[in-house]
Amino acid sequence: MEDVASLSFLAATIAASWRLAAPLIFASIGEVFSERAGVLNIGLEGVMLAGAFAGFAAAFTSGSILLGVAAAITAGVLVGLLFAFFTITIKADQIVVGAAINLLGLGLTAFLFRAYFSSAGKGIEIAKPVDLPWLSDLPFFGEAFFRQNAFVYSTLPVAALAVFVLYRTSFGLTLRAVGEHPKAVDVSGRSVALYRYGAVLICSALAALGGAFLTLAHSNQFVEGISSGRGFIALAVVVFARWSPIGAFIVSLLFGVFYALQLQLQAQPVLFLPYQLFQALPYVMTIAALILVRNRVDTPSMLGVAYKKS
Amino acid sequence: MAGKQLLLMDGIHKRFGPLIVSAGVTLDVEENEIHALLGENGAGKTVLMSILCGVLSPNEGQIVFKGRPLKLGSPREAIKHRIGMVHQHFMLVPNLTVAENYVLGQGSPFSMIRDMRAVHARILELSDRYGLDVEPDALVSSLSVGEQQRVEILKVLYHGIELLILDEPTAVLTPQETDRLLHLLRQLVADGKTVIFISHKLDEVMRVSDRVSVMRDAKVVRTVKTSETNARELARMMVGRDVLMDLPRAPLEPGRVVLSVEHLSCDSEAGLPALRDVSFEVRANEIVGIAGVSGNGQSELALALTGLLPVASGNVTLDGTQLAGLSSYEINQVPMAHIPEDRHRMGIVLPLPLTENVILQRFDKPPFSSRGLLDLNEITKQTRDLMRRFKVKASGPGDRIRNLSGGNQQKLVVGRELDRRFDFLLINQLTRGIDIGATELVMHKILEQRGAGKAILLISTELEELFTLSDRILVMYEGRLVGEIPPDRSRLEEIGLLMAGKSPLSAA
Repeated sequence: MEDVASLSFLAATIAASWRLAAPLIFASIGEVFSERAGVLNIGLEGVMLAGAFAGFAAAFTSGSILLGVAAAITAGVLVGLLFAFFTITIKADQIVVGAAINLLGLGLTAFLFRAYFSSAGKGIEIAKPVDLPWLSDLPFFGEAFFRQNAFVYSTLPVAALAVFVLYRTSFGLTLRAVGEHPKAVDVSGRSVALYRYGAVLICSALAALGGAFLTLAHSNQFVEGISSGRGFIALAVVVFARWSPIGAFIVSLLFGVFYALQLQLQAQPVLFLPYQLFQALPYVMTIAALILVRNRVDTPSMLGVAYKKS
Repeated sequence: MAGKQLLLMDGIHKRFGPLIVSAGVTLDVEENEIHALLGENGAGKTVLMSILCGVLSPNEGQIVFKGRPLKLGSPREAIKHRIGMVHQHFMLVPNLTVAENYVLGQGSPFSMIRDMRAVHARILELSDRYGLDVEPDALVSSLSVGEQQRVEILKVLYHGIELLILDEPTAVLTPQETDRLLHLLRQLVADGKTVIFISHKLDEVMRVSDRVSVMRDAKVVRTVKTSETNARELARMMVGRDVLMDLPRAPLEPGRVVLSVEHLSCDSEAGLPALRDVSFEVRANEIVGIAGVSGNGQSELALALTGLLPVASGNVTLDGTQLAGLSSYEINQVPMAHIPEDRHRMGIVLPLPLTENVILQRFDKPPFSSRGLLDLNEITKQTRDLMRRFKVKASGPGDRIRNLSGGNQQKLVVGRELDRRFDFLLINQLTRGIDIGATELVMHKILEQRGAGKAILLISTELEELFTLSDRILVMYEGRLVGEIPPDRSRLEEIGLLMAGKSPLSAA
């Protein structure tokens, strides 16, 4: 039991929390953009899978993680375009299209993986932790915060950039207005559809990046359904975070703690509980969060509603 | 007035599928005038103005502005030509501040929002000049409807607009706020701007405009100088025939108490207090009007009485039966009829035929159904009968109700409700969005029910409607009943003050 309470256990848990939160951070900040513009993209899970697979495939073939990232983002944008075309241009129901994207992501990545990579057998070399001079050597903090890989570090600038774009640029102001009162944006002379496309593409690119983390920086292999519900958890994170990018970052970290605890507790032989119980932790917390958090005030009023002129 | 032509809309046609909403409209507006565009709901006023400010593009016809042909592809181009519109439903984003709303859509989308101070300064300067009391930092959602309208007008001025279009601006205002608005319009014209004022209210048009164009059936039927016409003539042009402006209301002694509401309080759907300690009675042979600016608890009162909103505290009794706490299904069984506020949301089901709309609440009871099966012949027969008695124009009982005009839809709703067995009739917005012909008919039918000993509660934002029908008028403000006034037009000012939350005594 001493081990569970020790400082190094704590530092390791914090480090793992941030690391495991990274895919959620990317996906949920992306979803904040989309939902603020009034588009409920429940296809996050499918987009993450597309990113995870494309990232793995490119990195495996080329040996370059950077190319993997580029491929993941491209795949995300393509799937995002598909989603945007159906929901924004054709005005199909967002939930239905989102569900289709999830099925497509799961099916297509599994198919392509089996067709081209299953016999490969070996994985790729994943992104290594980058030690920061001096900081990484700090006692406790060094291990907790400064021995991460580039993906994990990049969650910070991504969150900062998201805040800047949403609250400090004309684009962000208009985007927030699009989710509340699209007609006002229309009569002010901006295209509602264009902004929604922009929001969905940002969302998909970020979600795909979150997916790519799983194959390029976490596990060295692609596995069917590797995102294991993270896309759906990210949707819950956005609600819990009240549609704020900073909130999404913090709530994702909280979920990261559950993921980390789950792993760390599984590794503790002193706790004689079935490991499945710990594995369920993030999902149980998602359900609890969705039940407990009820607010209609912060929900973008036109969330999920297609915009039709007059 | 100047007399120099500023705008000519010539032969404007606009169709939505088979529906013709603009049938070759010609409208000319002179520089520096207040030009009223008068017409009933659905006459095509808003469509015409949406074309003028680039929201819709016409199928045919041309616009000449300042002597040059004008092609508008978007609202942005209209703003560039200094044409701007204050929409009936405000184009303000509630979760942004006033200043943020003003810069929305301005400049490059990739620019940073930098100097809001300059924006603030300009807002304050304009606000001072026209006495509008607009606070740049206020969140739009925290403003009252009247304030939001001032914000909306200032937004148009902020964009340097010279031709200002106002779509039914007084619909949401108290009489005093209306006075203030009309005064502002005069001020704007004195400042060299031109105003197009859309309205269906004759008195306002007579008071404020220089010229009037009357629209009927998607056309401008005539343009006249206001000084050379009168309200009666305008009404005739609007409807195409003489209109009965006043309905006879026989003096009746109110009978027994039918509905009694005591200390009723409840919260809105958003969880905010909506009704606070409301008490009143409605007697047989009596129409009680409830006046107020929309959003002061009237909707919640109707919802609470019909069981659609839970009652937090207080009693509602109908013929001695306690209604508070009953479900809407249970309330459906008591002798109450309800003409709801928003017929599209609550009164009818748009894709269904007239027949099915007629039996909405009673489909499972005789004579419409027996042993679990619908009696289609009986339903059709009754629908035909109702259509005849209430002059509902449709191609037949099987016609989808969506294809009917607002007036015909409302006549069907009124007919259906009056055919129910009831002692108490709840009406929320009897004549909203319907033409004068339908208004006359439904008002007659309601007065008949009064004569037949029914107790009627009439919630309305139209003071004219309340004056015409009510025996007494209660005024609602922020969820409370703040006063009772007899339906005497000379006491309009008192009602207005009460509607604005002021006491007439202290103001006098």
